[in-house]
Amino acid sequence: MGHISLNQITKTFGNVQVIPPLDLEIEDGEFIVFVGPSGCGKSTLLRLIAGLEDVTSGEIKIDGRDATETPPAKRGLAMVFQSYALYPHMSVRKNIAFPLKMAGFDKAEIDRKIDDAARVLNLTDYLDRRPGQLSGGQRQRVAIGRAIVREPAAFLFDEPLSNLDAALRVNMRLEISELHNKLETTMIYVTHDQVEAMTMADRIVVLRAGIIEQVGTPLELYSKPRNLFVAGFIGSPKMNFIEGAVAERRDAAKVGIRPEHMQLSLEEGRWEGTVSVSEHLGSDTFLHVETERAGMLTARADGEFPVRHGDRVFLTPQDDKIHRFDAEGMALS
Amino acid sequence: MATAHSRSAARLMISPAVLLLLGWMLIPLSMTLYFSFLRYNLLMPGAHDFIGFMNYRFFLTDPAFFSALINTLLLVGGVLVITVFGGVLLAILLDQPMWGQGIVRVLVIAPFFVMPTVSALVWKNMFMNPVNGLFANIFRALGMQPFDFLGQAPLASIILIVSWGWLPFATLILLTALQSLDRDQLEAAEMDGAGPLSRFFHIMLPHLARAITVVVLIQTIFLLSVFAEILVTTNGGPGYATTNITYLVYAQSLLQFDVGGGSAGGIVAVILANIVAIFLMRMIGKNLDV
Repeated sequence: MGHISLNQITKTFGNVQVIPPLDLEIEDGEFIVFVGPSGCGKSTLLRLIAGLEDVTSGEIKIDGRDATETPPAKRGLAMVFQSYALYPHMSVRKNIAFPLKMAGFDKAEIDRKIDDAARVLNLTDYLDRRPGQLSGGQRQRVAIGRAIVREPAAFLFDEPLSNLDAALRVNMRLEISELHNKLETTMIYVTHDQVEAMTMADRIVVLRAGIIEQVGTPLELYSKPRNLFVAGFIGSPKMNFIEGAVAERRDAAKVGIRPEHMQLSLEEGRWEGTVSVSEHLGSDTFLHVETERAGMLTARADGEFPVRHGDRVFLTPQDDKIHRFDAEGMALS
Repeated sequence: MATAHSRSAARLMISPAVLLLLGWMLIPLSMTLYFSFLRYNLLMPGAHDFIGFMNYRFFLTDPAFFSALINTLLLVGGVLVITVFGGVLLAILLDQPMWGQGIVRVLVIAPFFVMPTVSALVWKNMFMNPVNGLFANIFRALGMQPFDFLGQAPLASIILIVSWGWLPFATLILLTALQSLDRDQLEAAEMDGAGPLSRFFHIMLPHLARAITVVVLIQTIFLLSVFAEILVTTNGGPGYATTNITYLVYAQSLLQFDVGGGSAGGIVAVILANIVAIFLMRMIGKNLDV
């Protein structure tokens, strides 16, 4: 069970309001990702749910019970920190045993749970090592192990992968997704990396300056962004925004088109332009094209698209994939 | 840069410093060693005969020696216990965010800057004096008999005075160690259900182990040679109640003018200090290389 509901919660540090009144329902078993640029309050929100920070006002309910004043340990949540926060003087086994020892389990029970967790996380061979003797990925798994033995109502992840190198990050991303499928426990995951958010989440919460900009499944956010911020934040490379005549012709203050929704051609098309940079990734080619009609645009072509700096290309947007925004930056339907 | 040539040049260039330090240490040590085998008394001028281990025999069989040894160990141990326990508690207190933290920290560090003779005199005359002292006044105000600290409990009083001087050192080192503790670890422990006491014993104390080791090692070196506090307060008395090895050596060579005997005492003190050091390194030195 791990249904969490936030009701009009706010957080103020001194006289700076970090989280303005905010409502959010997190369903049982859901993998929800808080994503946003640094300083948007996503970690603060997680810490409020964890109980490591007190809410200034509002109410937090976990499984229908008011948990606003409950101390962190009693909320039945487990957290994985960005720095792993392993206890350096304890072996892996003792690290994982710590929450169980604090909860007063007997020795046999603790050993059984550690062995289970170690098997799930491939840590069996490392149980007697110290955290200092482990690699980044292994430490991360120990931190997760320490969380899962408590059998919490929900897991909280605070940017758990940002200290890992790129290849390992992709692996751990998969492992965490698999773990979620196996345990079917609610997971709340904080990241600033929209790729992590898109690949792992059941639902994504996009935050900016403590305000929820949009909540939805990854594909909803991708295909129907509610405003300019979400449109620009989700998707890589970023959506192109065009103002002026092109937008006016469509009754909008601004229109947006994703790089992958434009047709590229060497012969003909709607917008003519010069390639300023072409990035060949093998599978794809990203072109930065300076056009007269629409300004600087990023476009995606297939990997073998034969252009170089200075070549002329033609871009044709797919009309049904154009997003329109009003002067306030809200999406027009 | 590590060619054979640069290495030998480096050796050549550090050699003056090494030789100076070596001479600085070895000459007094060998002189002391040499004197300790001579009949060398300032009241008996003339020939300094070689008398073998006579000085050592006299020093080690002196009834004062055994009590001085016990006093030295009690003094070192007592001060260590007080400063480590007090230092940990003070460090935790000073680590809490509070109003006027900067001033409080300076005040806590201050005793370390007071030289031992001055602090001992202040304690003796202003606090512990049974007639005019602050404690005597407090006792009288409460309707009790003033307590003659240096007369009734001389060694405990000196332990108190020395502890007061060394507490800031321990606090300072332990405070910096405490500040280097990763806050995430404490929060993780909090989420894991550890209360304040469990967090202290399972997270903070292990983290402080290395700093405590440093405090114990450094303080032991200095506490074995406590002298000024004893000289200005009790002069080693009453009887031999506050005479430690250092003070005994001083009394031997400068009050009884027996340079030979004093030198033998000094060598004994060096040997004892090394025995203590070996035990310390055995017991807690392993904390240093984790």
